[in-house]
Amino acid sequence: MIGTVRVPFEGPDAPPRSNGELVFEAPWQGRAFGLCLALLEHEGLGWEDFRLYLGAAIERQPEASYYLCFADALDAFSVARGLAD
Amino acid sequence: MSDEHGHHHPAEASPIERRVQALEDLLVERGYVRREDIDTFVQIYEHDIGPMNGARVVARAWVDADYKARLLADGTAAIGELGFGGPEGGFMVVLENTDEVHNAVVCTLCSCYPWPVLGLPPDWYKSAPYRSRMVRAPRGVLREMGCDVPDEVEVRVWDSSAEARYLVLPQRPAGTDDLSEDELAALVTRDAMIGVARL
Repeated sequence: MIGTVRVPFEGPDAPPRSNGELVFEAPWQGRAFGLCLALLEHEGLGWEDFRLYLGAAIERQPEASYYLCFADALDAFSVARGLAD
Repeated sequence: MSDEHGHHHPAEASPIERRVQALEDLLVERGYVRREDIDTFVQIYEHDIGPMNGARVVARAWVDADYKARLLADGTAAIGELGFGGPEGGFMVVLENTDEVHNAVVCTLCSCYPWPVLGLPPDWYKSAPYRSRMVRAPRGVLREMGCDVPDEVEVRVWDSSAEARYLVLPQRPAGTDDLSEDELAALVTRDAMIGVARL
C-alpha cells in the first residue's frame, strides 16, 4: 500500500522518474523522500501542503538538482510548521 | 554510506547526507515520524512501485477486451500502440494468467528482459540461482519469493530469449470493478509482470 500522499507524475514539483519509477541517485535522496512522505502522512497532510515549499526552493536555486531543493524545502517546511528549529 | 536504518558514519557522510540524517533524527526524536515508517516508504518507492509502462499495458488489457485480444495475439504491436517499444522491446509475447495457469518468466542463458515495459531487471532475476532453479523447481522458488500458487493451478515457466521476451498479464484482482484505468495501473507490480507475485 502506498498511503494517502499522492506523488505527482508531472510538473516542476514532480520527482524524477524513469518508466514511472522514482530515480534516487544516492541513498540520502530516497531517505529525504521517505521522510517527507512519512511526515506528511503522520501529520495528516498532502503533497499540496509541501508543494509550496518545494516550488519556492526550486525557484531560489533553479540550477540545483531536484533533491537538493527537496531537502531545502523539507527544512523550510519543518521549521514553518514548528516541527524543527 | 547508510545501512538499512539510515545510520550514517559521520566521518564518511557528505554535508547533504548529514543534513538529511539530522532532520530525520530530530523529527523522529520529537515524535513527528517513526523511523520504521520512513523505512517503509523508502522500500515502497525504491522497490515495489513498478514500472508504469508495463502497468499501463496490463491495466488497458483489463479494461478493454479487444485490446487484450490484440495484446495476446501480437505483444510487440499492442504494446507499441501505447507508445512503448524500442531496443529489447521486439518479440514481445504476453502470457495471460488464468484460474488454471500461472505463468512465470526466466532467462536461463543470460538475462533477457523486456526493458521498455519493465525498466531495469532486478538483481535476483539476473542471479544464477533464480535462472537455474526456476526451470527445475518453480513452485519452490515462487514460494520462497512469497508467491503461493494454489496446487490446482498449473505453473508454466517461460524461458526468454532473443526471439521471445515474455511479459505476464496478471489476473485482475477481485473488488476492483470501480477503479479507473490509472488506479488499476497503480496496482500492478514488476514482480507480478515477471510472474513471481500474484496481485
